[in-house]
Amino acid sequence: MSTPTASSLHRPTLVIGAALLALAFVTWRDASTMQIRAGYGMGADAASYFVAAFLALMGAGHILAAFRWQGDASPSDWKAVGWVALGLGSLVAALWFGAGFILGSTLLFAFTARAFGRKAFPADLALGFVLATVIFLLFNKLLTLALPMGPFERLF
Amino acid sequence: MDSLIHLMHGFGTALDPMNLMFAAIGVLLGTAVGVLPGIGPALTVALLLPITFKLDPGGSLIMFAGIYYGGMYGGSTTAILLNTPGESASVVTALEGNQMARRGRGGPALATAAIGSFVAALIATAGLAFFAPILVKVAVKFGPWDYFGLMLIAFVTVSATFGSSPLRGLTSLGIGLWLGLIGIDQLTGQTRLAFGVPNLLDGIEVTTLAVGLFALGECLFVASRHLFNDEKPMAIKGSIWMSREDWRRSWKPWLRGTAVGFPIGALPAGGAEIPTFLSYTMERKLAEKPEEFGQGAIEGVAGPEAANNASAAGTLVPLLTLGLPTSATAAVMLAGFQQYNLQPGPLLFVQHPALVWGLVASLFIANIMLLVLNLPLVGLWVRLLKIPLPWLYAGILVFACMGTIAANPSVVELMLLVGFGLLGFVMRRYDYPVAPVVVGLILGPLADSQLRRALQMSLGDPMILLQHPGSATMIAIATLALVAPFLFKGLARFRQDED
Repeated sequence: MSTPTASSLHRPTLVIGAALLALAFVTWRDASTMQIRAGYGMGADAASYFVAAFLALMGAGHILAAFRWQGDASPSDWKAVGWVALGLGSLVAALWFGAGFILGSTLLFAFTARAFGRKAFPADLALGFVLATVIFLLFNKLLTLALPMGPFERLF
Repeated sequence: MDSLIHLMHGFGTALDPMNLMFAAIGVLLGTAVGVLPGIGPALTVALLLPITFKLDPGGSLIMFAGIYYGGMYGGSTTAILLNTPGESASVVTALEGNQMARRGRGGPALATAAIGSFVAALIATAGLAFFAPILVKVAVKFGPWDYFGLMLIAFVTVSATFGSSPLRGLTSLGIGLWLGLIGIDQLTGQTRLAFGVPNLLDGIEVTTLAVGLFALGECLFVASRHLFNDEKPMAIKGSIWMSREDWRRSWKPWLRGTAVGFPIGALPAGGAEIPTFLSYTMERKLAEKPEEFGQGAIEGVAGPEAANNASAAGTLVPLLTLGLPTSATAAVMLAGFQQYNLQPGPLLFVQHPALVWGLVASLFIANIMLLVLNLPLVGLWVRLLKIPLPWLYAGILVFACMGTIAANPSVVELMLLVGFGLLGFVMRRYDYPVAPVVVGLILGPLADSQLRRALQMSLGDPMILLQHPGSATMIAIATLALVAPFLFKGLARFRQDED
């Protein structure tokens, strides 16, 4: 438990509260456009209205809590988060542009290792490449799962 | 004794060589992930879901159960030798266990944890085999209103007992319910919140959500906090066996831990942490030498370790008989059932008796395997901690993404996965429990359709929920459980994360 400090405005909680309210609004809008009505009882829109109301309540709770905040969270290393995000982004990009599973996973592996403090980037790239290739061969050939193809995958 | 006969048949299934192999893989994997910090059984099962959906359901489920039990065993090893619990159910074990290891009694600490886990899991699994059929007999009479009441209880207890504050737990639940809305409604064909994206019409895949929240979210969180320290495990000095004195002081805590763990695990208020705290407090009160607590009292290891294993078996009772997950791992296992189009609940026992009883029987076998494997191989498990964590987490991410795109080959699915990963990170970062999201996604649509079915039968009269004694009682319990945390603020200190 962190030691309580003087209560002050906690911005992340405020942002989360606002996001919840926005989500509630979107859900309510979506429910109000539903066309199909049920014969008896409640239709498909009732659950949407309920969730919208629930999220709105939670959002309001957050905004209240943000103004009565006590204590603060430990600091985060945003650079490390950025490296992991970059790795995930490269995999998404690799699949988007048809570069294949192996290339994308190699980058994901190397960037994630970098995020966790490894400095030997070329070595991690090589290791990631071997790992991705082994996974690809194992799952595509042995378990016949269809992993996305790219230039490297077509070699096998 | 119907259940005995069923159980005998179950052993026939479980002793099939393939199933034995699955059980062995499960307990080995489970122990490994229990030992490794930051990777829990929920995450492991979630990772394995996409790649097992082409395998035999019976075998895969046996493996998942092995992982669950194994994770509960493995967590104690790091708690004792490293003072970093492998998962949150072992936090209490670290209190006394690590003190014992520091005083050169690491061996007996590991032994009492392993044997206590064995005894507890054995009794609790027998309890599962005994109580499940009774509960099934009650549950087959349930109407839609009763199921709705039951799900309300699950919603409230899961979100109120997980996490540091009810507001956060309920918010997580709300997000899960919201995700559950997405897609085509099964009763009317109405599309909800799909925003014209074809991938969303079928709804959110539970596996994608679970892998995103647990694997990607956890990885981002660990990276952001530099939780990868280089502490060296303590060497085990002296005999690993327990002395006569250790046995004498351990057996009662084992039994008491089981008695606390099993019912709390079985109640939809579950999780494995609360019983470990209760057991620890109880042992300290009952100890002959209370002054030893804090200095390495063997009772403080024996009781909580028994409690967490017993509760693991306990959570399987509502999961199998009612389809209600009460812990993160149980929620992910429910997704495991669903990927084979099996819906846990009373009908599962009728429609797939071989599978259910084979699973129960294999729990006994997994338990014996764990006892045999755990103590002699402790050196091997400790060596696992030498894998460089950057590679471990990088490998987990590659494997997680691979599983998702193999199951649903589309970039949109991968983007959803990454989105859930970021969601999981933000939730961990600001101390929101992750399990209620998964529970909300699984149970939300079920609760919705049960309620609408009930209302159709009553021609739209909502009083039907209160006219049936079963559903009225359950709705009352759910309301109480929602209000109680605000009344007993002290209980909120039993914080609970993922198990």
